[in-house]
Amino acid sequence: MQPRPDPASLTDLRRHLAEMALRGAPAAVGQVSFGAPALDAALGGGIARAALHEVYAPATADLAAATGFAVGLAIRAAQERPILWVRQDVVDAETGRLHPPGLTELGLDPARVLLVRARDAEGVLRAGAEAARCSALGAVLIEPWGEPRRLDLTASRRLALAAEGSGATTLLLRAVVAPQPSAASTRWQVASLPSRALEANAPGAPAFSLRLLRHRGGLGECEWRVEWSRDRQSFQESDVRESDVRNRQAAAGRDETTLQPRASPDATPLSRPVVPFPADRPTAAGGPSSDIRRTG
Amino acid sequence: MRLAAFCDRFTPLVALDRPLGLRLDITGCAHLFGGEGALLATLGRWMQRSGLALRSAVAGTPEAAHALARFGRGGIVPPGQDEAWLRPLPVAALELPSETALALTRAGLRTLADLAERPSKALSARFGEDLVTRLRRTLGHEDARLTPLRPPPACLVERHFAEPMLDLDGLQEVVARLIAEAARVLEQRGEGGRVFEIGFHRSDGAVRRLVIETGRPTRDAKAILRLWRERVESLADPLDPGFGFDAVRLAVPVCEPLSETQPSLDRHAVEDEAVADLVDRLVVRFGRDRVLRFVAQDTHHPVRAAKARSAALPPAGSAWPGPIPHEPPTRPLQLFEPPQPVEAIAEVPDGPPIRFRWRRLIHDVARAEGPERIAPEWWRDGSSEPMRDYYRVEDSAGRRFWLFRIGFHEPEQAPPRWFLHGLFA
Repeated sequence: MQPRPDPASLTDLRRHLAEMALRGAPAAVGQVSFGAPALDAALGGGIARAALHEVYAPATADLAAATGFAVGLAIRAAQERPILWVRQDVVDAETGRLHPPGLTELGLDPARVLLVRARDAEGVLRAGAEAARCSALGAVLIEPWGEPRRLDLTASRRLALAAEGSGATTLLLRAVVAPQPSAASTRWQVASLPSRALEANAPGAPAFSLRLLRHRGGLGECEWRVEWSRDRQSFQESDVRESDVRNRQAAAGRDETTLQPRASPDATPLSRPVVPFPADRPTAAGGPSSDIRRTG
Repeated sequence: MRLAAFCDRFTPLVALDRPLGLRLDITGCAHLFGGEGALLATLGRWMQRSGLALRSAVAGTPEAAHALARFGRGGIVPPGQDEAWLRPLPVAALELPSETALALTRAGLRTLADLAERPSKALSARFGEDLVTRLRRTLGHEDARLTPLRPPPACLVERHFAEPMLDLDGLQEVVARLIAEAARVLEQRGEGGRVFEIGFHRSDGAVRRLVIETGRPTRDAKAILRLWRERVESLADPLDPGFGFDAVRLAVPVCEPLSETQPSLDRHAVEDEAVADLVDRLVVRFGRDRVLRFVAQDTHHPVRAAKARSAALPPAGSAWPGPIPHEPPTRPLQLFEPPQPVEAIAEVPDGPPIRFRWRRLIHDVARAEGPERIAPEWWRDGSSEPMRDYYRVEDSAGRRFWLFRIGFHEPEQAPPRWFLHGLFA
């Protein structure tokens, strides 16, 4: 009788295989780690530095979260080197333009960012490929819109080759499209995740729900919940309660056409006072328990 | 203007002579076209071919030539004989204001000779300083420089072809050689060019000019050639040779000193150099207003806190204010400009919304913080914007928004309006 494989050893084996695959790649000179131990362990240290990675947002509303995740990844990959951001004009109209103070808030000095605005997808890809070939850049963020015909397997292979040659981590940020075959080394789906609430139920640090859709090293689909810590310049595991997230996601699915205040009196939440901005506010220590706390 | 561009092939100093003329400073250029006479003849042939009538004159000063072309017989004045040729012309040749001209005629002064014989002091007392100046310039006593339409470039190299050139590949070859030549000239002068302008003079007179700009002075022929190729590739309408080009001219209008430096071994300097090269290539392909760098502005106003500036310009601006440690982001990553109106309901008049609708989707607010009151910049003219109360909110799916409210819930007042201004990561 065949002994059943131990799940732990299976994970180890997978990790080992992933590491080997990365070592075998031609220019896998380094890796970009996430800083979150579980994530890095599963990926065998992180994602390849000199490679193309894709970040998908499942809905337009999640594009801001996907962008934030990509910025975090770029910060970790670039290590003080400049970051070039190529953006198609349509993206500005759909999700708002890039706000430099917001970059500062994520820990990226806007002075390090070069922004190229391209009219069409062709321009985006051209500028992206040109930038990915530049070894002086720490990271390249490429943000086309929709499903341009130009962005096929050949185009992504070109980007991947350019990144391998130069060592500049190239991130392709895409929204509301079905993943297509590509030469990317990893593919991530990033959605927003409720943050850990701070005192007085204020939204906390950016949190993301990650889903690894594809991994060159052979890792299967995995999911993680992480948040971005600006002060540590790293990702860390988020400990938002599972049930809490599910309830909220169910609630968010509703699409009402009329905006009615809740009728039932006991459903009305307690009123809250106006919350000032304390400069020295500590993050709530309780974590999961604090996100249902209300003051007032 | 097209004619002026055309005449560029004779001399770089071309000025418009309003309303209907052109002035060319051909000092030192005429011999290239076989002397003044031959140059005039060539010009005449060109104009005839394009169906234009030409009256021309060559003289010592621009005003003299102008007067001769308009009021005299035209032709070429031998050096030093300006006065003799011009004296018989009527006073109208000075192109004075009509009342002055009338007054002169009434006084019996009909020709320039009559005027020249009067003492200039009496003339200027009676008719103004302007008349005397004009007279002196016209008679060649005083020389005034032309203000050329396009200032002469600091460095200029050109090729004229014996026959119109149709072959675009050959043309590329010519441009490559011109660039190499210009690079040599710049090197001798210890300068580098910031702007390179390549003009293609077509045999039918049309001129197409392509400009390359660089972020730093350069005289690296290879780099310039690469930028040039980018420029040609990015052209929306390709170079049209028509019946062929008969001259190509490379001008470097903007030069800056550039000393010979030893290549730096510092990694940072090398990287900066590589990034600057990349910026140049992107600027050539996409245009200078499409390759941007962010510049911090010293204001609390969220929209005006940052400006995007062309990366081709030298870096400037103050440092970015750092975030407060241990605080979540208080400014959004993406900003809508203008802010998008949303329908929202709040449970207390001055509190955060509990629900809002944006892009036809209802968002239930799960967490909120605020208000952060942001006042308009009162020191700006006409800043009658109302106060804004900003809230950071997170909906039940974990999406984070930056909303603001204008106005308050007050009886007998319009209800407050809500806007979505930005999205957090």
